[in-house]
Amino acid sequence: MDDQALLSVEGLKTYFFIDKDVYRAVDDVSFTIRPKRTLALVGESGSGKSVSASSILQIVPDPPGKIVAGTIRLEGENLLDKTENQMRKIRGKKISMIFQEPMTSLNPVFKIGKQIEEAILLHQDFVDASGKKLPKREVKKLARQQTIDMLAAVGIPNPAQRINDYPHQLSGGMRQRVMIAMALVCHPKLIIADEPTSALDVTVQAQIRKLLRKLQDEFDTAVLLITHDLGVVAENAHDVAVMYGGQIVEIAPVDEIFARPLHPYTQGLMLSIPRIDKDEQKLYVIEGTVPNPAYFPPGCRFALRCPKAQPRCHAAIPELVYLTGDHAVRCFIAQEKYWTVSESLVRESAVVEVVEEGLDGGSEAVEVLNEALDGGSEAVEVIEEVLDV
Amino acid sequence: MALPDVDNPRFLVPIEPVGEPVFTDPADEIESHSLWRDAFKRLLKDRLAVISAIIIIAVIGISILAPVIAPYAPNEMDLAKRLQPIGTPGHILGTDQAGRDILSRLIWGGRISVAIGVGAVAAALVFGVLIGLIAGFYKGPIDTIANFGLNILMAFPYILLAISIITALGPGLTNAMIAIAIVGIPYYARIVRGSVLSLREQEFVQAEIALGASNWRIIFKHILPNVLSPIIVAATLDVGWMIVMASGLSFLGLGAQPPTAEWGLMLSEGQKYIRNAPYVSLLPGLMIFIVVLALNFLGDGLRDALDPKLKQ
Repeated sequence: MDDQALLSVEGLKTYFFIDKDVYRAVDDVSFTIRPKRTLALVGESGSGKSVSASSILQIVPDPPGKIVAGTIRLEGENLLDKTENQMRKIRGKKISMIFQEPMTSLNPVFKIGKQIEEAILLHQDFVDASGKKLPKREVKKLARQQTIDMLAAVGIPNPAQRINDYPHQLSGGMRQRVMIAMALVCHPKLIIADEPTSALDVTVQAQIRKLLRKLQDEFDTAVLLITHDLGVVAENAHDVAVMYGGQIVEIAPVDEIFARPLHPYTQGLMLSIPRIDKDEQKLYVIEGTVPNPAYFPPGCRFALRCPKAQPRCHAAIPELVYLTGDHAVRCFIAQEKYWTVSESLVRESAVVEVVEEGLDGGSEAVEVLNEALDGGSEAVEVIEEVLDV
Repeated sequence: MALPDVDNPRFLVPIEPVGEPVFTDPADEIESHSLWRDAFKRLLKDRLAVISAIIIIAVIGISILAPVIAPYAPNEMDLAKRLQPIGTPGHILGTDQAGRDILSRLIWGGRISVAIGVGAVAAALVFGVLIGLIAGFYKGPIDTIANFGLNILMAFPYILLAISIITALGPGLTNAMIAIAIVGIPYYARIVRGSVLSLREQEFVQAEIALGASNWRIIFKHILPNVLSPIIVAATLDVGWMIVMASGLSFLGLGAQPPTAEWGLMLSEGQKYIRNAPYVSLLPGLMIFIVVLALNFLGDGLRDALDPKLKQ
């Protein structure tokens, strides 16, 4: 395992047991998040993004949800081995969460200052120099000061007055700022942001995203960004994991995935983004819908909608295989194509070597070159093929 | 599993500096004040509710001060002066069949009626809210069991249920209060359970869980204050209902026992003389009517005042 990983999720399976059906909402999901980085979890509704996120904090409603397999390591410690009490100390302190709906994420009957203070009082021990607990009054004062500082950090004007506001007195964007303040006030290592801007106005969305990036930098926090908006991904994420039918179908650095999407589903997603530089009448549509998680097909979960599907795709589930150091894909066809190409790349480099050697060695070289080209009608083919790709 | 290479320069996405944001949202300019203070201000604008509140406070005050105010002791009989009409010197509201001063008995009776109404509501409230909170929050088997019990309680006609409880416990004021409190429990539990079921799915509860708060903390600190306003309204309306019920039980001979001065009992005892001296029954009936009506108006006023949707 990578010791650079802040959080590594391995083979996570979260199922929902409803009546006699088993809904495999998250089915064998693995990813890692490194410190201070942003991993975007992308996928359509019902692909298992949010359940993956709540599995990390173990706040999946149980019953009916259950984490049935896998490990979730935070700095090497498996969170699934922790008791509920231990988890409570991790939630909000080491990993915190920002929710989608700022309108309902704050308790309407409490002042916002009180709600942020609560997060502080739940997780921080206030002690003096000798390690003795400070008196209550002192603690309250310190917590209040932290709250005000935090509100200032998230860009709320007049924080000292604003702490006495009730949630209904704030706009959606302001409330989301308060939520971010609540999430960050204990300096967590990881923030899970579940569609943090989907419910906001477009202009406010941009502000909040900028703020999140700025604070991520200031607080040295990693972010697990859950979204279905590829624009948000391109702008914010370092790495991208594309989810489909409870599985990660492709995972890669952000530039890589936009430049070279390998999975047919990812390719479909890219094609369905409206582009300002192209005059299109109609956007690309991925036909069909996500299969019911209680009745997944036996093969690749995307096979039924996949334009490239072959018989074998319906027979077995492909593995998520890393083709390069950082680009993995769960698709038979993409994997095979890639391997053919890389094989030819290896042969190409052999040819280049021969050619270079030939140029160096004078008359002898011509001979070698001829030999290479003679024997190398195949080689030329390979080179052409490579250049085409 | 192979892992991505962190040193890859493609990870270095530049982060733009962000300036101080500027807000001009009018919602931010609203002055800060408490929900309860707002509600109180709105209540003060409701004239009917204010008058009702004054009546209720007056009744409570008079009840408390009964020993000082009442001209006679409640059971002081003067058989020579039976069934004196209203306006008799010395007995402004007349006397009853045993020559007891009706005014004094009304004053003393208010004590018992108010105490029984408030006491029964308080008991029903505590248990009902507790059951509702726990059933609504934990759902599943706990909810099923709680609901089963509540449904059984609600399936009985309430007066029959009260009568059977009293039959089991024996007649008397305290038992009457216990009986009507038990009758009231399912109504509170239902209101609370319903609210909790919807509240627990709200994101702020999820946010609290994600923040590391314990279940009890969430239930009592975060959910309870949110269900308080419908409960306060229901409780206010119910005090009146409980007074009527206690009076009804006394009327049937199951509540307060003679010679206790209690409005329901007075009403019941006076019915024999209703042709000759209707005021013996009517006056306590009028008192019940006034207090219950006032409580209802106050409850309505509170409902309007506590509903934030009616704010503007």
